[in-house]
Amino acid sequence: MRRWLPILLIIALMTAGTLPAAEKELKVGFVYVSPIGDAGWSYAHDLGRQHIAALPGVQTAYVEAVPEGADAERVILNMARKNFDVIFATSFGYMDPMLKVAKQFPKTVFMHCSGFKLHQNMGNYFGRMYQARYLSGMVAGAMTQKKILGYVAAFPIPEVIRGINAFTLGAQAVAPDVQVRVVWTKTWYDPATEKEAAKSLLDVGADVIAQHQDSPGPQEAAQEAGAYAIGYNSDMTAFAPKAHLVAPVWNWGPFYEQIANEVRDGSWKSRSDWYGMEKGIVALSPMTDLVPRTVQDMVLAKKAEIVAGTATVFKGPVSDQTGTLRIAAGESASDEALLGMNWFVQGVVGTTE
Amino acid sequence: MRLRVTKRQEPLGWGACLVFFGALAFSLAVSAALLALQGKPAFIGIRLLFEGAFGSRWALEDCLLKAVPIFLCALGVAVAFRLQIWNLGAEGQFALGAIGASWAALTFPALPGSYLLPLMFLAAALAGGLWGLVPAVLKLGLRVNEIIVTLMLNYIGILILEYKVYGAWKDPGSFGFPMTREFPAAAIVGNIGATRLNWGLLVCLGCGAAIALFLDRTRLGYELKASGENIRAARYARLPYGRLVLLVMALSGALAGWAGCLEASGSLHRLQPTIMAGYGYTAIVVAWLARLNPLNIGIAALLLAGLRVGVENLQLDLQVPAAFGQIMEGLILLTVLAGNFFKDYRLRWREPDDA
Repeated sequence: MRRWLPILLIIALMTAGTLPAAEKELKVGFVYVSPIGDAGWSYAHDLGRQHIAALPGVQTAYVEAVPEGADAERVILNMARKNFDVIFATSFGYMDPMLKVAKQFPKTVFMHCSGFKLHQNMGNYFGRMYQARYLSGMVAGAMTQKKILGYVAAFPIPEVIRGINAFTLGAQAVAPDVQVRVVWTKTWYDPATEKEAAKSLLDVGADVIAQHQDSPGPQEAAQEAGAYAIGYNSDMTAFAPKAHLVAPVWNWGPFYEQIANEVRDGSWKSRSDWYGMEKGIVALSPMTDLVPRTVQDMVLAKKAEIVAGTATVFKGPVSDQTGTLRIAAGESASDEALLGMNWFVQGVVGTTE
Repeated sequence: MRLRVTKRQEPLGWGACLVFFGALAFSLAVSAALLALQGKPAFIGIRLLFEGAFGSRWALEDCLLKAVPIFLCALGVAVAFRLQIWNLGAEGQFALGAIGASWAALTFPALPGSYLLPLMFLAAALAGGLWGLVPAVLKLGLRVNEIIVTLMLNYIGILILEYKVYGAWKDPGSFGFPMTREFPAAAIVGNIGATRLNWGLLVCLGCGAAIALFLDRTRLGYELKASGENIRAARYARLPYGRLVLLVMALSGALAGWAGCLEASGSLHRLQPTIMAGYGYTAIVVAWLARLNPLNIGIAALLLAGLRVGVENLQLDLQVPAAFGQIMEGLILLTVLAGNFFKDYRLRWREPDDA
């Protein structure tokens, strides 16, 4: 008997994990493009996942650091085969792979973040991050001495360009002659590259660094140079307490809860959701003590207007870098124009290529 | 009593297989221990890994599909390594191959598949092959080190790819996102029956067999191997070293180019920056694991693909971090390469009176 004991133990161990769950739970899967430890984009989505994982009857799982392209298709397919009820794919490059899988699994709900394609069982969603970027731009405009702001940006795609434009408009609302210098890193998450990019901006005189990056690299560079910094994705104060002013942040929890509930009670319909600060998907982190009280009050007042819908970020007259009028006086940019935005507003130094 | 290391006089033969699988088992055991340290069920974890990689028809398909580009790139660099030409540029050659294939698909969208697909393969081989020839010419003409040139050309190749997809080739309907139009149906390598696999698998088998025959059965292949063993002796024997360098680099580039072509045509159906998944670098690892032998490259590519696919399954079911997969990969590589030591050397206990 004794010699069989280890084998029995092994068999017991192997079967322990495969016991069926007691009741039918909603299985929700998440696909992330970077590790969740990044304090950035994927981290923010994972906070949303943790929010719904705490709900009764919801079971969540994620796969992190999934490259966009052929690998993503396999990961999403694997989740669909394992009978997940809802799958959230949180990077633009997952759009086509997800659509392919969605067509094969009509009973599964697929949700794609930041894209534009729809299918009967695939919806897409995003947040109007540009609203919070505008507010962070106001903070930057109020804090800069040299009237030069640095912006470390990932890729020249509409989402990022829109953010830079909103940030610039916000800064100009406070300091009309301000200049926003843009450097493209062509990475989403590469702490060393992003830190170097921030240093290059500091070298040309920028005294506030903003970022559309998932790592806190630019924050650290700003602190080392004694400049200010504006974070992104989540509150990045901890990484640069002497530099960090504020951060436009994501808050996905309530949205994920809403979708989970819709799928559970069968009311979910394929659609594009593009919510802003009014729904709380996009928020502004608390401003640190480095920002004077008067500036904080001014920004919060504007925030209240945006939340109430009485203020719009992209409201004419807005001209591009060449001086051509892009949004006529009194008009607001349509969602379509925002989603395809590929030009910089006047005051941005850099190219969209 | 102490250990003594002696060189083996006879090759190990089947024992080499034993060493390989022993090393594999050792690294898996360490991985299991690491899982247990994280408080995860170790045996279930290893089982999930195998299930995800080879445990079902689906898993096998996924695994083979993933192995295709790795295999082609590794085959290419192995040919160059045989001549002791250190081609680290498979990544860039892969990019150029994808660009060449996309050029054909986007320029002649109206051609029928029987013309368009061969044209895409030709364009991919030409683009990748010429990209491979650049460091070869620089090496022969100016004695520039090929390690540095091939590595640097990777960055340039990827930048050319980005230049095209962010610029002239950008799909006007993509809301400004960097991607070309979807290829016409004639430019897409078809799937084999109802599987997820495409006919690119056949290209792999053909290339593998052709390279194996070339190395073992042709005079040029013999000259290549001989020159690789000892360049000075080869020169003394008047072997055409310069021409061989050009040949292996062009061949290497063309094979990586085909991998790029198959990824664009078979998997993504368009060109986009995310096509660059690092296969060119993985290829170097695979080529060394396989000791530059074409058949072994097939096995190693499949095993590595299986590991990467299986780790995703492990991640999903046990929620271990993605970095765990990389740790496992590193462990396996380290133990297998260290295991190679035992193929050439043996350990013996040395009796005290022996000395």
